Amino acid sequence: MNTSETNFTDMPNCSNKGFPPQVNPSAPMPNITHCDTQAVGNEKTDGDAQTTGKPEATEQQPLLQLKQVSIFYDNNAAVRKTSFPIPKHKITAIIGPSGCGKSTLLRAINRMNDFIPNVRLTGKILYNNQDLYSKNVDPVAVRRRIGMVFQKPNPFPKSIYKNIAWGPGINGYQGSMPELVEQSLKQAALWNEVKNRLHDSALSLSGGQQQRLCIARTLAMQPDILLMDEPCSALDPISTAHIEDLLFKLKSNYTIVIVTHSMQQAARISDYTAFMETGHLIEYGDTDQVFTLPKQKRTEEYVTGRFG
Amino acid sequence: MCNVQLEVNALNSNKIAQYLMAKNQMTSPSNGPADPLINASLASPSIHRQKVRWGECFIQFGLAICALISLATTAIIIFILGKESFGFFKSVSPAEFFLGSQWTPLFEPAAYGVLPLVWGTFLITFGAALIAIPLGLASAIYLSEYASRRTRSVLKPCLELLAGIPTVVYGYLALTFVTPLLRSIFPDLQVFNALSGAIVVGIMILPMIATLSDNALKAVPDILRHGAYALGATSFEVTTKVVVPAGLSGVIAAFLLAISRAIGETMAVTLAAGATPNLSLSFLESIQTMTAYIVQVSLGDTPAGGIAYQTLFAVAALLFLITLALNLLSQWILNHYREAYDQD
Repeated sequence: MNTSETNFTDMPNCSNKGFPPQVNPSAPMPNITHCDTQAVGNEKTDGDAQTTGKPEATEQQPLLQLKQVSIFYDNNAAVRKTSFPIPKHKITAIIGPSGCGKSTLLRAINRMNDFIPNVRLTGKILYNNQDLYSKNVDPVAVRRRIGMVFQKPNPFPKSIYKNIAWGPGINGYQGSMPELVEQSLKQAALWNEVKNRLHDSALSLSGGQQQRLCIARTLAMQPDILLMDEPCSALDPISTAHIEDLLFKLKSNYTIVIVTHSMQQAARISDYTAFMETGHLIEYGDTDQVFTLPKQKRTEEYVTGRFG
Repeated sequence: MCNVQLEVNALNSNKIAQYLMAKNQMTSPSNGPADPLINASLASPSIHRQKVRWGECFIQFGLAICALISLATTAIIIFILGKESFGFFKSVSPAEFFLGSQWTPLFEPAAYGVLPLVWGTFLITFGAALIAIPLGLASAIYLSEYASRRTRSVLKPCLELLAGIPTVVYGYLALTFVTPLLRSIFPDLQVFNALSGAIVVGIMILPMIATLSDNALKAVPDILRHGAYALGATSFEVTTKVVVPAGLSGVIAAFLLAISRAIGETMAVTLAAGATPNLSLSFLESIQTMTAYIVQVSLGDTPAGGIAYQTLFAVAALLFLITLALNLLSQWILNHYREAYDQD
């Protein structure tokens, strides 16, 4: 298996010209690039409004498919032979006790584990049937399509406006930047709170606002998939409610994978739930089923709060 | 500077260790609250002050004295510099001192225009900064953002070693190695010249810039890097557009400290650049810096109390003011242009 480090620097750079990336014919993942436009294009920008309909055709084929994924730190397996699908335009929650490998697994999806030395992955993560870990995949391009929001809000120490414009800026976004910023902030339900102080430092925002800013920043990249690593763990209940509302709305345009410690949160917002323990996938299924009729005893014990 | 930081770190880690020890004692499961003996001995009878802690007073007093020594030294230096410079300016007008373009206080006819010395210092500093800032910043970026842990563990001590070489060695190196080498490029290079001085001073301050900037960049939290990577940035974009701006305050501070050092550098420039006060634009000629002049007079047989003797203090006072101004400038830049990443 290729360790990420080699790939990350050696890959030919997915060129910046074609932003949004969907319309770039020379992107190194051609078969990734075309299938999603019809569903997401409409809402996101006028730029890629290729609404060809038939979104239900893609429902059968999950956007992302984990196949026998194992992840090792040195020789310790953090995730073992995990397989489950991540369907398009749904929220998939990964739950489990601390240290069960859920964050590791999440970071593997957009190749963020590349930055941790000595991490090794076996198995496949198929994104539109293309293995994200095959040698001809550029991790930088992967991260442009698969955005991530982190546990702790991490806005850049720049203005609110620049935080949003940063990602599209480095990727050569051609459209109107102020419009994109406004639209992204509106999508993240932050616009009304910050529209009069776009040029203030992002660090002047509250924690919940910062986290929504980070979501907006990710949305501005118009990714296919939104990965969220316990996005509400540092937030108060009101901010959490804001973000959950937001995720619910975003679901119609984005595929969301969320790692959470809060069972209530998983039950409230997700469509599918994967329960992991010590690196193993214990149970995957429809959220209602996992929470009300779990097939595994461990799952039942966990979701009812008997351990974890 | 490095040492001070290390000490501060050491202090902090001591504190942390103490705190952890205290915490462990409190929460240690083996002697939990269930043990009645422990409970009895822990129960403190009174919160009233019972005795003066003399040891504590003594330590506080001693520490205060230590802190005052450096303050007193600074005050005494300023006082002496001011007093002697005042004597100097009684016989030489400030206009002549600051605007005159001839500096020959030791010969007849004596002229007291300090500009050639300031210019010499500027040439050396400018040349050194021109070499050291790009190289130093590039090294820092490589060390903090690109180098693997192993490479870093070899390279950084090497750089720090470079900082430990006595400056007279650099001067000697300039005279016997750099100048002859440069002569093959510039045949009319003088034996003493500003160019080789600037080069060795640049090499000398390079490790300072590299290590201090590296520290500043390393201090930028990883979550900012990851945030940028997650937006599809390349390493170069993350470095130039997130990490360096976020660490800029420390980087600029490193630059200014290094420049202060270059301005104050004495031995290497005396050996390399000579002792000819010179307002020339050319890097190829011999010049004299303010510090080199101070060396020249201190080593000579200039009688104490005369006007030539007082020039020492006037030049030193000017040097002091320039360095002070630079430090103030660095403070100001830090406060106004930093992208503070810490949220409190």
